[in-house]
Amino acid sequence: MIYREAGQFKASYEADQQIFPIKQDRIVMAALVAAAFLVAPWAASEYWLQAVLTPVLVFALAALGLNLLTGYAGQLSLGTGAFMAVGAYATYNFLLRLDGLPFLVGLVLGGLSAAAVGVVFGLPSLRIKGFYLAMATLAAQFFIVWALTKFPWFSNYSSSGIITAQRIEILGFAFDTPARKYLLTLVIVSLLALAAKNLARTNTGRSWMAVRDMDVAAEVIGIPLMKTKLLAFAVSSFYCGIAGGLYAYTYLGTVEADGFGLDLSFKILFMIIIGGMGSVLGAFLGAAFILLLPVGLNVLMHTSVGALVPATLASNLELIVFGVLIIFFLIVEPHGLTRLWQIGKEKLRLWPFPH
Amino acid sequence: MARVIGDVILDLQNISLSFGGVKALTNISFDVREGEIRAIIGPNGAGKSSMLNVINGVYHPQQGRIVFRGQERRRMNPHEAAAQGIARTFQNIALFKGMTVLDNIMTGRNLMMRRNFLWNALYWGPSRREEIAHRKRVEEIIDFLEIQNIRKTPVGRLPYGLQKRVELARALAAEPSLLLLDEPMAGMNVEEKQDMCRFILDVNEQLGTTIVLIEHDMGVVMDISDRVVVLDYGRKIGDGPPDEVRNDPVVIEAYLGAGH
Ligand SMILES: Nc1ncnc2c1ncn2[C@@H]1O[C@H](COP(=O)(O)OP(=O)(O)OP(=O)(O)O)[C@@H](O)[C@H]1O
Ligand SMILES: [Mg+2]
Repeated sequence: MIYREAGQFKASYEADQQIFPIKQDRIVMAALVAAAFLVAPWAASEYWLQAVLTPVLVFALAALGLNLLTGYAGQLSLGTGAFMAVGAYATYNFLLRLDGLPFLVGLVLGGLSAAAVGVVFGLPSLRIKGFYLAMATLAAQFFIVWALTKFPWFSNYSSSGIITAQRIEILGFAFDTPARKYLLTLVIVSLLALAAKNLARTNTGRSWMAVRDMDVAAEVIGIPLMKTKLLAFAVSSFYCGIAGGLYAYTYLGTVEADGFGLDLSFKILFMIIIGGMGSVLGAFLGAAFILLLPVGLNVLMHTSVGALVPATLASNLELIVFGVLIIFFLIVEPHGLTRLWQIGKEKLRLWPFPH
Repeated sequence: MARVIGDVILDLQNISLSFGGVKALTNISFDVREGEIRAIIGPNGAGKSSMLNVINGVYHPQQGRIVFRGQERRRMNPHEAAAQGIARTFQNIALFKGMTVLDNIMTGRNLMMRRNFLWNALYWGPSRREEIAHRKRVEEIIDFLEIQNIRKTPVGRLPYGLQKRVELARALAAEPSLLLLDEPMAGMNVEEKQDMCRFILDVNEQLGTTIVLIEHDMGVVMDISDRVVVLDYGRKIGDGPPDEVRNDPVVIEAYLGAGH
């Protein structure tokens, strides 16, 4: 009975098309956002801000980018890491080479560079689908990381190809503490998440989903396949590019091209599989889950339960749990944690009266 | 409103289509007049669906001409056909399975929606107004087809008969001048068929939409169509009003005699 829709009649289509049409959802979301903005920066320790909350946001943004492409538009990509790398390296070079360029402009230019690269590597999607497209994006993944390592210009001839993020300053205000970096990340990620949600509920998102579900029918009702797919690549890569910029600037501070390898792409793919394909919330749930799982397991291992687990198993526990979860979600619940959350809500809606 | 049958809106001339060695259509000509219900009948594999696919550009004929609204073309492409006001449903339902009924029908209006993705990302001002305006039109179609209670249901969860109806709704959302229906009543029970018949007639009468319809149920075809084309092995073997076609010995031999 906590989730009661009864009595909440929609007086207008406008009200019906809200992001959260149910009042309880709005309250929960407002509380979460308020906590993230108002409580976390002061209540959380530096370690939590820097090593947990900020990366959760950054990864959620990258997962969101991939989800727009794969979950919404149905184009499988293994190049997420590479598009993030383009974002990080392009932001770095724009800020380095254009004197006095504001940080946010540099970041957006980094995102746009990633979008441009994404469109180029999205071109094969006009001819090939599924597995073969994944192979094409895999080529992008290897090529881009290779190019960033091979040409030292990209890292300004630093000895080991490492780039070190410049100081972030916006309108004279320095973002130099974990709390400030976290807040900056939070603002950017929140705005982009809102934009993604808006895209998803309007004509743009419907066209993506139509192409995903049945491309012939989409074409027959007038959705241009080429434009729609390339737009998905562009927007998705823009999100990944911004995520890459934040990865370098607000999370790690120093990055190297190898850090954006296939591992990273897979990690983000797993996030949307576990969080939920084709859902904005799913990107956040998946990122939080995958980044917090090792933390949780670690805590568990230091309790009395952990003592029972043999040491050889313990070191691989994380991988085992991941593997099992991914297989579970792929087979049993392709809509991931988001769907489980919805099922939970449906139960709550009836509780305590099962009928 | 009295029905008015106008001039020829679609003229197909000597269409031939083959897939490798298989001749799906051989030298077929017929026309469709504005405001009429034109049926295409014929045994399995006769080339009926292929004919619709040629009309809206999914298949490209090797020979022949298509004249639609006075414009002559060798081939259509699907996007062009949609932009010119041709909408259709498919023999094997081609809905967007992961989307709700409402979203499926909304996609039918994509050609009329002008706001680009940047506006949509903001969902502000013109973009919001556009969504709401089109939602209103879609709700009219939902009322018309009596599917109010399922508008938020993912289409994959609907029974077959309702899916067919949603597919019709999506096609209608495009406000087509020519509507192609590929076996809209196949696999339905009697009651569902009656409903679908009523909807098709209402669309034709109230909206003045020209309809080309493939149907196996001869009773239905005889009841609702103005003229019938009969195909057999990719060739046209009959063309005319239902009564005439029904009594044509060649047609009876090829088609009606076989199963009916
Ligand atoms: N895409 C295709 N590739 C190869 N052959 C095809 C294709 N589409 C149709 N055909 C062939 O063309 C012929 C006509 O098929 P079509 O689907 O148009 O028949 P139909 O009259 O709609 O039959 P049904 O009543 O079974 O729906 C068949 O022999 C079919 O195998
Ligand atoms: Mg057919």
